[in-house]
Amino acid sequence: MPVQAPFELEKLSNKEYILNMGPQHPSTHGVLRVVLKLEGELVKDVFPDVGYIHSGVEKLCENRTYPAIVPYLDRLDYLGAVNLEWAYVLAVEKLCGIQVPERAEYIRVILAELNRVMSHLLWYSAFGMDVGALTPIFYAFREREEIIALVEAATGGRLTHNALRIGGFRNDLPKDFLPGLSRFLSSFEKKVDEYEALLIDNVILTARTRGVGVLDPELAVNYGVTGPSLRGSGPAWDLRRTAPYSVYGKFDFRVPVSEGRDTWSRLKVRMDEMRESAKILRQAAAALPAGEVSAKVPRVLKPAPGEAYARVESPRGEFGAWVVSDGTERPYRVKFRSPSFSNLSVLREIAVGCNIADIIAIMGSLDLVIPEIDR
Amino acid sequence: MGLTDGLDERLVRKVPGAPVVLAAAEWAINAGRANALWTLTFGLRCCAMEMMAAGAARYDWARFGFEVPAASPRRADLMIVAGTVTTKMVPLVRRLYAQMAEPKYVIAMGSCAISGGPFAYDTYSVVKGADKIVPVDIYVPGCPPRPEALLDGMLKLQKKIKQSKFTAEAA
Ligand code: SF4
Repeated sequence: MPVQAPFELEKLSNKEYILNMGPQHPSTHGVLRVVLKLEGELVKDVFPDVGYIHSGVEKLCENRTYPAIVPYLDRLDYLGAVNLEWAYVLAVEKLCGIQVPERAEYIRVILAELNRVMSHLLWYSAFGMDVGALTPIFYAFREREEIIALVEAATGGRLTHNALRIGGFRNDLPKDFLPGLSRFLSSFEKKVDEYEALLIDNVILTARTRGVGVLDPELAVNYGVTGPSLRGSGPAWDLRRTAPYSVYGKFDFRVPVSEGRDTWSRLKVRMDEMRESAKILRQAAAALPAGEVSAKVPRVLKPAPGEAYARVESPRGEFGAWVVSDGTERPYRVKFRSPSFSNLSVLREIAVGCNIADIIAIMGSLDLVIPEIDR
Repeated sequence: MGLTDGLDERLVRKVPGAPVVLAAAEWAINAGRANALWTLTFGLRCCAMEMMAAGAARYDWARFGFEVPAASPRRADLMIVAGTVTTKMVPLVRRLYAQMAEPKYVIAMGSCAISGGPFAYDTYSVVKGADKIVPVDIYVPGCPPRPEALLDGMLKLQKKIKQSKFTAEAA
C-alpha cells in the first residue's frame, strides 16, 4: 500500500496543492515517490515515500550460504557494485579471520576505483538529463563503455560483476588488463576537464545550482549524510582516508571537499573525485605485487558464532554490512547500512522553500540509487 | 479488376465477400508503427542502466527508430519493463500500461521481469514476472541483458509488428 503523506487535504489553504512526483518519473532514477506540497512553484513541504522496489534482500540472505550472498550486493547498488561486495566480503573475512593476499587487495582497489568512476560518470549523465542537458550522456557513456569493457574482461559482468570472493578472487586479472588500464588513464583526466567545462562550469547550470539546496555541515552530520554529498558541505570525511581499510593507507590522494555547501559544490566534488580515483588507479597499477589472488578458504564456510561489521566508502557514501553468524553455513542475520537512505532523509530539510525545478537538481546532486534505499 | 492489374500479388489480397484490399496500406501502416516506437522511460532496477546504455553513444538505438523517450505513458508506444516488479509497484505498472494509447507493446527485460530473477525462489515481495500483470510481447533474458540483447529484442518486436495483419486474411 502506498503510504499516506502526512499532509491533510482539508487543511490545505486554497492556494496550496499536492503533487506526486514519481514513482514513474524520469528524474527519480528508479521508483521513488516524492509527495510535494506546493504553492504555485514554491515547495512548502516534501515527503519521500520509499519501498517501491523493496525485494527483501536482507531476509533472502538468511536463506543463502555465505558465498552465495555476494551477487545480491551487486543488485543493491548496480553502479558501485564492487564497493558493496567489498563491505560484505570484508565483514565475513573478519568473522572467519581470513587474511587476504596482498595482490588481491590491490586488485580490489583497482576494481573499486574503476567502479567509482563508472558510477560518477553515470551520475554525471543522469544529472545532465535531469536538468535538461542531453549532450553529457553521449560523452560520458563513451568513457563508461571503455571502463565497462575493462571490468568485464576482469570479472565477466558489465554491471553486476560478482567479482569478489570471500578470501580474494576466483581468477587473476587477464593479461591485457593493465595495458588497457593505462591506455584508458592516459586520456581520462583530460576528458574530465572537458566534461567539467561542458556541464558543471556552464553558466546556465551554475546559475541554477549555486546557492540552491544549502546543506549545513552540522545538519548533514546529524542526518548521517556521507560521501560526496557530505564533502560538498565541508567535512573531509572519507573512509578511505579517515578509517583506511585494505591497502588504501598506502596511496597518495586528496579528499576533495568544498566549502560551498550548495548543490553546485556537490557536483564539483564528484568531478574532483574522478581525478583522484585516476591517481589511485595509477598508483595501484604500478605497485601491483605478484602472488596468489586468493587465500585458502574452506569449501563450506561455517564461521564461529559471532558478529562482524565492516564499512567501505562506496561512490555514494558509507556502506556498511553487519553479519551475524550462529555457527551454521548460513548467516543468522545480515543488515546493510546504505548511504542513499540517509542522504535522502535530509531532502526535507534542504528542499523546503525552494522552487519545484530546484528539487530536481537537489535530488540529482544527492545521487540516489533507489534499490539501495529499499533493499 | 482494372485497379489491381499489373500489381505485385503480394500487395493485393482478396477478402471473401468484399472487394480487393490493398495490402500496401497495411504494409505502410505497419512500417510506420515499427520504425517509430516511442519508449516509455521507466526504469526499475539494474536493467534500466543497460537500457540507458542501449540508448547512449555506443549502442544508439536511434538507429532503429527508438530515439524518442516518452516521459509520459500517454505518448508512448512501447513499455520496457526493465527490472524488478514488486507488489507495491503492481498497481502503478498496470496504470501506466492502461494509460498508453493503442497499439502498445511490452518488452520484459531481464530475468526479474521474466520470472522474478534472483529473488524468485523465496521472496515475499517480488512479482514473479511482468507477464502476471501486463501482456508481454518480447522477453529478453539476462541479468542484466547486454544492450545488444535488448536491441535484438527490439528488432524482433519490429519484425512482429511488421507481420501483424489487421485486414482479413484471403480465403
Ligand atoms: S534481471 Fe538482474 S540485472 Fe535486471 S533488474 Fe533483475 S536483478 Fe537487476
